[in-house]
Amino acid sequence: MTDYVVEGRGITRDYVTSGGLFGAAKTVRALKGIDFAVERGKTLAVVGESGCGKSTLARIITLIDPATSGQLLIEGKPVDIAKGGLTREMRSAVQIVFQNPYGSLNPRQKVGEVLTEPLRLRGGVPSADRRRRAMAMLERVGLKPEHYNRFPHMFSGGQRQRIAIARALMLNPALLVLDEPVSALDLSVQAQVLNLLKDLQDEFGLTYVFISHDLSVVRYLADRVMVLWNGTVVEEGTRDALFSAPQHDYTRKLFAATPEADLDAIRARVERRRLERTAG
Amino acid sequence: MASTSSPAEGPLLDIRNLRVAFDTAAGPFLAVDGIDVQVSPREVLAIVGESGSGKSVSMLAVMGLLPGSATVTADAMTFDGRDLMAMTPAQKRTIIGRDIAMIFQEPMASLNPSFTVGFQIEEVLRQHLGLKGRAARARAVELLTQVGIPEPESRLASYPHQMSGGQCQRVMIAMAIACEPRLLIADEPTTALDVTIQKQILDLLMQLQADRGMGLILITHDMGVVAETADRVVVQYRGRKMEEADVLTLFERPSTAYTRALLAALPENATGDRLPTVDELMAADNRTEGAR
Repeated sequence: MTDYVVEGRGITRDYVTSGGLFGAAKTVRALKGIDFAVERGKTLAVVGESGCGKSTLARIITLIDPATSGQLLIEGKPVDIAKGGLTREMRSAVQIVFQNPYGSLNPRQKVGEVLTEPLRLRGGVPSADRRRRAMAMLERVGLKPEHYNRFPHMFSGGQRQRIAIARALMLNPALLVLDEPVSALDLSVQAQVLNLLKDLQDEFGLTYVFISHDLSVVRYLADRVMVLWNGTVVEEGTRDALFSAPQHDYTRKLFAATPEADLDAIRARVERRRLERTAG
Repeated sequence: MASTSSPAEGPLLDIRNLRVAFDTAAGPFLAVDGIDVQVSPREVLAIVGESGSGKSVSMLAVMGLLPGSATVTADAMTFDGRDLMAMTPAQKRTIIGRDIAMIFQEPMASLNPSFTVGFQIEEVLRQHLGLKGRAARARAVELLTQVGIPEPESRLASYPHQMSGGQCQRVMIAMAIACEPRLLIADEPTTALDVTIQKQILDLLMQLQADRGMGLILITHDMGVVAETADRVVVQYRGRKMEEADVLTLFERPSTAYTRALLAALPENATGDRLPTVDELMAADNRTEGAR
């Protein structure tokens, strides 16, 4: 049997919005029955534009928000945060890295505290051990031991995202949810962080759910790709199948909208512009 | 240099040796260090660089939008032959916002949340063209139609928070083209938007540029956007110009290590299992060619 780290069956999520003083409350169904499964050590990319439900899905997988209906299995065990009964071990199995490293780190917490806090909250690790592990993790993500006593504002965006990744890895999770982890970063820094994520996956046998709207990044990192549109899965498949022959109209539209630095395309466009000029 | 515009026309915007320094607690910091920018009428110039390359600061200097801690110097800064540096602030205001307009990265943050979009568009028309009342309203409807907002009459009464990011950016573009500018500066106009919306906004900008014969300066860090829009490209790194070329030459035969590194770091250009990073490539290049 295939070893799935996370599985979702018919996941739905409703948001109830207040209709104001006189209006009736409205229900928005953000996810309309999502099925997915991610194999151990693999990366599932979830692709779609704002409002498609991809961040809602991230919050459900990370056990931040409950699903309205459907079943979520982590390491084969059903989990439902609405019912409770979750152990700390089950919660530490899933960690998340958010899009904006400027917002996801507490500005008044030193890096050392950022990294040791998860261990302290879970308990069972003596203080000296926590410090030693945090130092080791800092080095592992490409930072230096002397960064331990610094505040987040002293770091660049790429370094902050490394800190957020280090924090997520402190509890040895099986699954890392990456919610647009490189979209706030410069191209060169993006390449460094993507390389780091690949190395860490190999080293720790991590499973990734990678949420993104950037198809070129997805192509680089994903094993399987799931395309979400308006709360439903319109297409799911291996990266190679999906990129070589996208089936659904919406997937094709996404591909067509992604700018490409292709020489033939540039040549054709320059020629078109030249003709327009001489005609005009 | 192979230029796509006819040689008889002088540049629309001509900046020579622009330097911008910021006063900081640690002494002056040179954000822009000797940049030249020339844009011809009807030309699309892309300025490319990463954060800290000074690409936004140099255009904010032209617009006069930098804070008091900035010191701007240049050998020349002219628009359509007129010296921008010799102008009084009042004279400059007749050009800035009218003949030169700018749109920004965060449409939600650049619109005033307390006023309707109709009010904000009409304010531009009132300020620069003296249009009032029904005439201003009619022109605002016309502008919203041009930027592709459905039901423009009723949308005029909307507040920015009632619109999506893409629609807000369309409103920003409507405000920018309200006075038929001859030069539009777009600072990362699509960075905050989804790819499908990005495509719509870029298509709109390119269509407006072609229809109106505007000069367009597009500030971006996205080489894909450059490939799909620019006639000519300036690559900046740490406040300096690294390279300037027409778009095809830049992608075909990039002449500096930095541009080569930027292109190689695109995930779609990944050949092996790892992406080459800019630092690695610059270091490798310095070893072979000698440091810049």
